[in-house]
Amino acid sequence: MRIFAQNLSVKRGEQLIFSDVSFELAPKESLTVSGPNGVGKSTLLRALAGLLPIESGTFEIKTDDPEPRPNSEYCHYIGHKNAMKAELTVFENLSFWQSNMAQEGAGSDTSLSPEEAAELLGLSHTLDLPFGFLSQGQRRRIALAKLFVSYRPVWLLDEPTAALDKASSDRFAQMTNTYLEEGGIVIAATHVPLGFKEVKQLEMTPPPIQEEYF
Amino acid sequence: MSLFWRDIKLAMRSGGGALLGVLFFLAVIAVVPFAVGPDLNFLQRIGPAMLWIGALLSTLLGLDRLFQAERDDGSLDIMLMQETPFIVTVFIKCVAHWVATGLPLVLATPLLGLLMNMDLLSIGAVSATLLVGSPAITFIGAVGAAVAVTLPRGGLLVSILILPLAIPVLIFGVSAAYAAVEEPAPFLPPFLILCAITMFFAVIGPLAAAAAIRASTD
Repeated sequence: MRIFAQNLSVKRGEQLIFSDVSFELAPKESLTVSGPNGVGKSTLLRALAGLLPIESGTFEIKTDDPEPRPNSEYCHYIGHKNAMKAELTVFENLSFWQSNMAQEGAGSDTSLSPEEAAELLGLSHTLDLPFGFLSQGQRRRIALAKLFVSYRPVWLLDEPTAALDKASSDRFAQMTNTYLEEGGIVIAATHVPLGFKEVKQLEMTPPPIQEEYF
Repeated sequence: MSLFWRDIKLAMRSGGGALLGVLFFLAVIAVVPFAVGPDLNFLQRIGPAMLWIGALLSTLLGLDRLFQAERDDGSLDIMLMQETPFIVTVFIKCVAHWVATGLPLVLATPLLGLLMNMDLLSIGAVSATLLVGSPAITFIGAVGAAVAVTLPRGGLLVSILILPLAIPVLIFGVSAAYAAVEEPAPFLPPFLILCAITMFFAVIGPLAAAAAIRASTD
């Protein structure tokens, strides 16, 4: 599996958010996207996840699958929001996502049960609590546990360690390293060093100001 | 299938609002006799129409949150990325929403029919027409909810958007309910048209709603 992105640009309305973003990733490689606020890191990740239309350029995930899936089905996307229901317990949330994200014949042997995923993040004692009772950091860790209940070869992480304490971010960095060694690909937008093996960096800069708007 | 049970669970737990619709239905029907006066025959005559109006408004009540709640916590993004076609996801959500909010209305109808001095046949006819007709309102409503998903106060807009489309459902539902009790008019034709409308919108509704949500992602 290889990822190719060439001269990507994304527009929101008439506003060009970024342009000419190119990178190439192979298994076991990670890409950290950095840059000032508002430069389009989140937008880039959402566009890669297929949630925003790409204005120009190409984004390809090349695989050996005889029937390639759409790009978004190869990816896990962890955005700013945790995608969990406050009224349901942690276990109900995780097991819902497990069955919702299940794919036919795609590495189901490497995905963990909700109990194992919560234990991996050190939160097995919260399984029976409603998600809404958890602290911000714990919520984030449960959102990250979602990465493990169903296997995807690519992780798209938008500030994954926001609200995490030092110990948890180190733990998550270790788990990300394990995932990378097993052949995963990670694309993460971040302001702080994430601690896992960073192979490639992408420093985003604001696009040149277009004079026609003034 | 897991989505279906999750949505049912969410509707049952606090803040889900499964009972909100029934309570609103009850409130509307309970005030009608006070407003129109104690004329029993008149109440009996307007009974089916009032029940249908009440059920229609109650169904509209919780519809705006159908996709907005998913969008607010980011679940919608993940659902859009999955293998399951999004139109199927929308369809399941609609069915779950109807079971949690529409079915209780149908079950409450016989009780509320008594408040309107309706006889057994008439109550049965209204329940039957609501049973086959109210899913259509949910499916139409899903389109409105999808269009207004990015608007913070989309509730009233959803109702206004879908009300014109819900009018045929109301017309055929009420005419079938009246046909069951008034002799010359046949019951089956309007009832079957009502079934057809529901099946039609069961296909068109999720299709349009899925397209609207895909177009509005930002």
